[in-house]
Amino acid sequence: MTVLTDLREGLAISWSAIRANKLRSVLTTLGIVIGIVTVTLMGTAIEGLNSSFVSNISFIGADVLYVDRFGWLIPSRQEWLNAMKNPAIKLDEADLLQRQMRLAVAVAPVAQDDIPVNYQKRGAASVPVTGTTEQFPITAGLTMKEGRFLSGAECDGGRPVCVIGSDLATNLFGGESPVGETISANRRDFEVVGVLDKLGGFAESGGADNEVILPITQFTRFVSPNPDYEIQIKARSVAELGDAREELRMLLRRYRHVPPGEADNFAINQQDQFLEFFHRVAGTIEAVGLFITGLSLFVGGIGIMNIMFVSVAERTREIGVRKAIGAKRRSILLQFLIESACICVIGGVIALGIAWPTTLLLRKVMPAVMSPEIVGLALLVSAVTGALSGFFPAWRAARMDPVEALRNE
Amino acid sequence: MNLIRLQKISRRYQMGAETVHALREVTLEIQRGEYVAIMGPSGSGKSTLMNLVGCLDTPTAGTYELNGSHVSEMNDNQLAEIRNREIGFIFQTFNLLPRSDALRNVELPLVYAGVGKRERREIALDALTSVGLADRIHHRPNELSGGQRQRVAVARALVNKPSLLLADEPTGNLDSKTGVEIMALFANLWERGNTIIVVTHEEEIARHARRIIRIRDGLIASDERVGG
Repeated sequence: MTVLTDLREGLAISWSAIRANKLRSVLTTLGIVIGIVTVTLMGTAIEGLNSSFVSNISFIGADVLYVDRFGWLIPSRQEWLNAMKNPAIKLDEADLLQRQMRLAVAVAPVAQDDIPVNYQKRGAASVPVTGTTEQFPITAGLTMKEGRFLSGAECDGGRPVCVIGSDLATNLFGGESPVGETISANRRDFEVVGVLDKLGGFAESGGADNEVILPITQFTRFVSPNPDYEIQIKARSVAELGDAREELRMLLRRYRHVPPGEADNFAINQQDQFLEFFHRVAGTIEAVGLFITGLSLFVGGIGIMNIMFVSVAERTREIGVRKAIGAKRRSILLQFLIESACICVIGGVIALGIAWPTTLLLRKVMPAVMSPEIVGLALLVSAVTGALSGFFPAWRAARMDPVEALRNE
Repeated sequence: MNLIRLQKISRRYQMGAETVHALREVTLEIQRGEYVAIMGPSGSGKSTLMNLVGCLDTPTAGTYELNGSHVSEMNDNQLAEIRNREIGFIFQTFNLLPRSDALRNVELPLVYAGVGKRERREIALDALTSVGLADRIHHRPNELSGGQRQRVAVARALVNKPSLLLADEPTGNLDSKTGVEIMALFANLWERGNTIIVVTHEEEIARHARRIIRIRDGLIASDERVGG
């Protein structure tokens, strides 16, 4: 008898056994259903968290380097104290990089502050303002909803113009077009030349959709003369990011006369750092979450094992008959393994039927994604749980002595 | 030609600290085509003998040859194969699977023999027809009378064309009229060339056989040819 016929026979037997004990099967399945539902929902939530994080930090370009006085994530107090000694980033350093970096497509100095902004009677006392150059849209990946970005000439010290974020445009101008109008920023008049497309995501919570962008020369003249600059450098490609980083580092070290062997007195940040940090955190959440939810699945598995022992005991005589008629150990083993796997897979399917609408509901309050991988994994996990918890009882059944089994009443 | 050759077969059981000698060096030969009754009071060792002959159990000592195969040296799975191929069991309590219909019950040995679905069905139908149950194939055991159940069991025993039919108190759970019918069926099967061993404690049943072996205290007490 081949394994295939064993499997087919096993399926037929399990199905009739499950149907013969409907209530019991339902109750047993319940444990697995709960286990799989919690595990699936946990997986769904984690996956949602991951994908929302990745999509939200995409405004930090994957191929962009950010030179700052401090690193974005400072792991220890000691490093923080060291970083405090770093000199501020200067505008002439941005000029240097722009002139000398061969692996850069665009270099933009960025200075930030908060200022009052008004248009006629509407306004806000504190609006994020960015001073930068015409290269900023390239490094920051900005696109225009209306009008144009600042020109090179304007950034080198031309007319007082500005570009505003889409939310700010709505707040100040309602439905009308701001382009060509004059707003007051920090009590100075600036002509609006363009409106940015909405960014959304983490960028939105950072205020990017509510900001005013000024030419760097206007920023230093009217907002803050000596700001802490950040220099954004877009590399030619993600593949060359590492080389670009090295080139950038060498240039800055030489310019700042950092002796060999001494640490950099500036920080080069990139998206990876966030991702890495996030994955560390998410990994922990994932491990803990899946462990805890896995426990409920484990309890379900014990329930299955228990009921399979009962099932084997009840059918001792049937096992004896089957053995007398010529069933080998393998056939009996498979018969019971398949039965417990079937109970669990049915449980898994029911669980998915519950988890799917729950995910849709969950999505209203938090990011949640139910991917085909999770569905497949849930079914696989339930089948494996069934096989594992069914193994002991099935093994006992397979090894039964036919004489003893036939004598059983 | 010998179908069954038992040589100095012993079977001991360990019951706590005590060793029970169920069979003591039994030597026995049964030819193809014989109709044998094994008799003996309970505790005589006749059940043990039946289990050994039926390849459900292995001896503690001695050798057993069935149809040329050395059964006493076989492992579990080989024994299962031998039982499937060589032996048709008929039990006192029928031992049909309660959730399966007659056809399915009769098909079962063929399933374990690896026979394909369609062929299986055909053979099982033939077997059920030959015991006069062609019109009951889709009835479950609880929808059949005792005699009908035992006929299904006989059909199941026959379906693999075994070299030996082994019946353990086949009429024990039947009224005497039905018992007679079943014994007539056995006689018919024997006349068609089947080798039959019936284990019983009823003289009346044993008288149907052509050879009566009496077991007492784990030994063969008598072995006589009868009738004809």
